[in-house]
Amino acid sequence: MNIWLNFLIDSLAFGATFMYGSTGEIITEKGGHLNLGIPGVMCMGGAGGCLVLNMIGKSNLPGALIVILGILGAVTMAMLMGLIYSFLTVTLRANQNVTGLALTTFGAGLMKVIMSKLDATVYLVGPKQFYRWPFAGRTDSLQYLGVLFFLAVIIAVVSSWVLYKTKVGLHLRAVGENPGTADAVGINVTRYKYAASCIGSGIAGLGGFYYIIDYMASPEAYLSLEVFGWLSIALVIFALWRPHMTIIGSTVFGFLFSCSSHIANIDGITVTMAAKPLLKMLPYVFTIAVLIFTSIRNKRENQPPASLGLSYFREER
Amino acid sequence: MAEHKNIVHEPPFHLAKRASIVWWKAWLIRIAAVALGLVVCGLVAYLFSDRLRNGKKTLEDFYYCFIKGSFGTERKLWKFLKNMAVLQCISLAITPAFRMRFWNTGAEGQTLMGVWGAIAVAFYLGGKIPNWLLLTLMFVAALICGAVWSVIPAIFKAKWDTNETLFTLMMNYVATYVVSYFLVVWVPSGSSSLGKLKFGKLPSFGHDYLLIILIVLALTVLLYIYLRYSKQGYEISVVGESVRTAQYSGMNVKKVVIRTMIVSGLLCGLAGYLIGAGLDQSITTESVGGQGFTAIMVSWLAKFNPLVMLLTSGLVSLLNQGAAQISQDFNVSGAFPDVIVGIILFFIIGSEFFINYQIILTRKGHAGREAVK
Repeated sequence: MNIWLNFLIDSLAFGATFMYGSTGEIITEKGGHLNLGIPGVMCMGGAGGCLVLNMIGKSNLPGALIVILGILGAVTMAMLMGLIYSFLTVTLRANQNVTGLALTTFGAGLMKVIMSKLDATVYLVGPKQFYRWPFAGRTDSLQYLGVLFFLAVIIAVVSSWVLYKTKVGLHLRAVGENPGTADAVGINVTRYKYAASCIGSGIAGLGGFYYIIDYMASPEAYLSLEVFGWLSIALVIFALWRPHMTIIGSTVFGFLFSCSSHIANIDGITVTMAAKPLLKMLPYVFTIAVLIFTSIRNKRENQPPASLGLSYFREER
Repeated sequence: MAEHKNIVHEPPFHLAKRASIVWWKAWLIRIAAVALGLVVCGLVAYLFSDRLRNGKKTLEDFYYCFIKGSFGTERKLWKFLKNMAVLQCISLAITPAFRMRFWNTGAEGQTLMGVWGAIAVAFYLGGKIPNWLLLTLMFVAALICGAVWSVIPAIFKAKWDTNETLFTLMMNYVATYVVSYFLVVWVPSGSSSLGKLKFGKLPSFGHDYLLIILIVLALTVLLYIYLRYSKQGYEISVVGESVRTAQYSGMNVKKVVIRTMIVSGLLCGLAGYLIGAGLDQSITTESVGGQGFTAIMVSWLAKFNPLVMLLTSGLVSLLNQGAAQISQDFNVSGAFPDVIVGIILFFIIGSEFFINYQIILTRKGHAGREAVK
């Protein structure tokens, strides 16, 4: 396969990690909550999925069922993290930034504790073949486009549709823009905020699961997961709070991120040891550039939800 | 049908914001929260430690570890004080920015650049100039590097209102790769680990860590005075309270934002200097080790008050070191301290609600009549 096409497909596949993470974060933010705990949530999603696979990886269950149970494990664990976050920030009205940071510390730590107890040969080796449908067994990067990749694309598109074309989405956006007004027209603000944070976390958790089990499929993958949570949060701005835009954004991120390893394969280019760290800096510099660019353009429809980061207390006017 | 008319749905309780709370009640709530958190920590440890489950260790040993880990021996006590001092220094550094509601998540990178500045000077000039001059130049370099790293996001925030949380966050990673670039350049062998440098060590008296601890203590008092009694400190509080009020009263908000972030960056640079010149005499990409993020929580828990911060940074260091001891004694992963700190933070964060709000139980029929009146 053409080396550039190979590179592009690999970027797409790698990008699915961010696609899950930032789609989840967008849904949370649309409810007015900036969840800086997404890195921790993604970590715990990965841990939850691996925990389930560790239990059933060697059993005689049909492959499809193992896939589904693994996904459910990841979503459940991530939603539990979302529940902690929404209980603290919605019910107890805690500061969102601090709660998020604590959630990341907790999640990333607990994931490492859990993963150190699991057996990689059970949760990785057996189930791996089931995720790589329909391109299993190929040697080029098409092999990475499996079930979980397509699921990421579907979730991103469906989320966009729900947020911008349905009544539920309209209500959620109203809650995020101005919870007082939403409350006045009879929308249950608390319920929407809880649902947005928990569903968003559930989706983000799949990103961690995908990264460990499918894309990297290595026993050390979990150690490098946290960074991608932070990048997912940054990607939200690039996507201008539209989930389907994360498909493009995450591919660009994936492209920049794997630049340092792919460029060396191209004829006529030699990458020195010193150049590698500089290439790895690219996605972050790019994010900063995007941040600056969007803030200078300052268009109204490209702004974050108006009440993002603020707690809502009905009795307070 | 007529009977249904009088049935009013009343929630069993409602919430009201407290006007004020007696100080001891607030602290009682916080202590209760930490105690509850410790109970949950015990449960979590039970899940993950084989030694706890098969009876080789007891829960008593578990809680004793927190004391043992930090105060067990004289060496551990000094280590505890050193860790606390470094954490306190970074927490102090981010405080001016946070009082202004500038969400500076970049302390990690700003401090790392401070370490880099100090070590770069020591690497290139070490042994070529007298030691006092070297230490001074390292100091200046560390402060400048920290300040540069924080003033870049501040300028964009002031000029175009660029989101500072994400900007500063990304700067952390840029800093990490700047350091790893220079490690490759400095250590051509490919191992990328710079050994301890021979020059550029802060003089020590009494104990190796004593000077650093004293510097941080002095800084705590100075920052308290700066924030509480100086005109600049007042301006920071006003901008944090309301940007509009600040503008109407004639303050140049942009100037305050940039100036405060320079102060924040300088202090991060100082923390980096203490790490680089005072402790490590070397640098890795993990020299700051996540303390830039922990500092945000330490500073917030202390309500951005430098004096109270001594207490919160002490608590977090105690938990960290105690949990590190636990992961050793109880055979759980080295990431266990993060779990413990996370759980305790959840409980303290949650307890703030019971300090700020009052839960009022509804007496039957009472609230309805009140509303009519």
